[in-house]
Amino acid sequence: MLSDEFNPLEGKMLQIIGADGTVDKRLEPSLDGDLLQRAYQTMILARAADEKAVRLQRQGKIGAYPPSRGQEASQIGPALALGPNDWIIPGFRELTALIWRGVPLLNLFLYWSGNEEGNAYPEGVKVTPGVIPVGDQIPHAVGVSYASKLRGEKVVTMTYFGDGGSSEGSFHEGLNLAGVLKTPTIFICQNNQYAISLPRSKQTASKTIAQKAIAYGFPGIMVDGNDVLALYVAAKEAVDRARGGGGPTLIESYTYRLGDHTTSDDATRYRNQAELTEWEAKDPLNRFRVYLENKGLWNEDKEKASVEEAKSRVDEESQKALDHPPPQLEDIFKYTYRDLPSELQNQLKFFKKDLEQGGSN
Amino acid sequence: MTTMNMVQAIGNALAVEMARDPSVVVLGEDVGIDGGVFRATEGLYEKFGPTRVIDTPLSEACIVGASIGMAMNGLKPVAEIQFLGFSYYTLDQMICHAARIRNRSRGHLGVPLVLRTPYGAGVKALEHHSESTEALYAQIPGLKVVVPATPREAKGLLISAIRDPDPVVFLEPTRNYRLIKEDVEEGDFTIPIGQARKVKDGKDVTVIGWGAMMPIIQDAALKAEANGTSVEIIDLRTISPMDTDTVIDSVKKTGRAVVVHEAPKTGGIGAEISARIGENALLSLKAPVERVTAPDVTVPLPKGEHFYYVDADRIHRAISRVMTF
Repeated sequence: MLSDEFNPLEGKMLQIIGADGTVDKRLEPSLDGDLLQRAYQTMILARAADEKAVRLQRQGKIGAYPPSRGQEASQIGPALALGPNDWIIPGFRELTALIWRGVPLLNLFLYWSGNEEGNAYPEGVKVTPGVIPVGDQIPHAVGVSYASKLRGEKVVTMTYFGDGGSSEGSFHEGLNLAGVLKTPTIFICQNNQYAISLPRSKQTASKTIAQKAIAYGFPGIMVDGNDVLALYVAAKEAVDRARGGGGPTLIESYTYRLGDHTTSDDATRYRNQAELTEWEAKDPLNRFRVYLENKGLWNEDKEKASVEEAKSRVDEESQKALDHPPPQLEDIFKYTYRDLPSELQNQLKFFKKDLEQGGSN
Repeated sequence: MTTMNMVQAIGNALAVEMARDPSVVVLGEDVGIDGGVFRATEGLYEKFGPTRVIDTPLSEACIVGASIGMAMNGLKPVAEIQFLGFSYYTLDQMICHAARIRNRSRGHLGVPLVLRTPYGAGVKALEHHSESTEALYAQIPGLKVVVPATPREAKGLLISAIRDPDPVVFLEPTRNYRLIKEDVEEGDFTIPIGQARKVKDGKDVTVIGWGAMMPIIQDAALKAEANGTSVEIIDLRTISPMDTDTVIDSVKKTGRAVVVHEAPKTGGIGAEISARIGENALLSLKAPVERVTAPDVTVPLPKGEHFYYVDADRIHRAISRVMTF
């Protein structure tokens, strides 16, 4: 088990591609070249989508948005280990994982532009809509995975949250229940070093977040969160174990949020430029690109083409989202219950009439 | 038909529905081998085993949080919280997720979850064991709030709650758990959610209540009838979404209304009912709507509970007031 070698109690961290591009050959997984390239292209696409969303917010075209820049590896690495029927239960900063698992860009831009319709993911996409109250999705993931287990399906559930989320009751109660019920759940803590302004050192006195799993009776491992391969390898072991009935795993993905908490935040108030510069040098896209180039899977031409394609797709899909018709009055009533109760039918009629009399809206 | 008390009727409803539908699971603290602190789940663990009757850690928020996940992935969880006063741990999950996931996902996902919990005072209990905060839940769009009054009602409404595609808060009156026995249909039996029940016809005044108040209202009605007042009694059964029509039709006929609840007065469901009567039956009213409720104070411990708890005499006096207005 990897967590024996990379014991979180000793503060050890799994890394395969070093910051300088050197590869630990002993731990390097043999992944299909096509898969590796698609993963990198998805990271490029997510980076472009993220930057676009921030720009659109600055232009007043969409609402508050939580940037993902710097966390692309942290999001996609674990998801590479999932099979087609596995679930992802995200928080609100999982853009790259969502794109990888088939959530269309249009949906994502629609949602961030302020329309719930973006959350109506296509059939077969086994991702639940983003959850904003920090950590609340963790117990959901335990329940989703319990249901799969009860039916005897070999399906696992992966949930994402942040270092801040690890202080919430939902984290502790969720991991505790998962340990007791031995559910096939993989907990991905994206430790991006800050919960808005609060640094990781003030979030918990534990040496690592990964070690918290030990208290709940299952393995935890800290992984370099900017290293796609290390994340994949840790997650693959966890996914295989969960699928085989071995229960949950906590993976602490040690990464950094290069952007603000949301577009309403100003990270310069609580962290300094030197730190940012240090982490910018560890950009997960650069590291993965160097790895692919060294393997002969990538080059300058592919990079240019891929970046161009990502930009035009993002422009296209975000424009579609902005051009999308806004919800109608009926739409805000329609999904409160499966069948609209008579009281709500009456309120809808009243609102309709009242708005008509107002002559606007 | 079998004679049952309410606890037995609830256990029977769970057993019937679990046998019929393999996606129904029961989870909560002590619901398994112990059969629940009130024995409502007695025998289920033996019949359906530990994977469908899940003894959980002491973790209310997570019981509901995990139930939400189960419900999103094809199960129909029935979560038991031991007392309504401990359900506040679960409010975040109920309000932020159970109630909203259908809306959040534009109908792609639903949360067919039942949160069962005993509620109410009049049982000489510890602090936090006598709460009646149904109005908290009724304020939340996306939740349904159901309160049975008798064993038969409990069975029929609970099976409907389990089959309901949306989350239902199912409040069981602790005081009535073993108070009444009545004949209950065996096997599959449902009572629709969202329909009030006319308990008794009358001409002069409509008394509206639910749950633990119903037998007390019936006592009060006997007293009023002895004085020559004809009382119509409505058991609301579903607090949300409310069956306004049954209430309005009755008040239009009688011209007088008394609303009874054991919860505090301000912001209680009585205020909502009174407002709806005002909106829809004002010109039929011969007297202002009376509310018989607890005062806006914390539920006292047993020694002071008699001041707080609604009794038949208080309801009877309210009936007399609306009759002589």
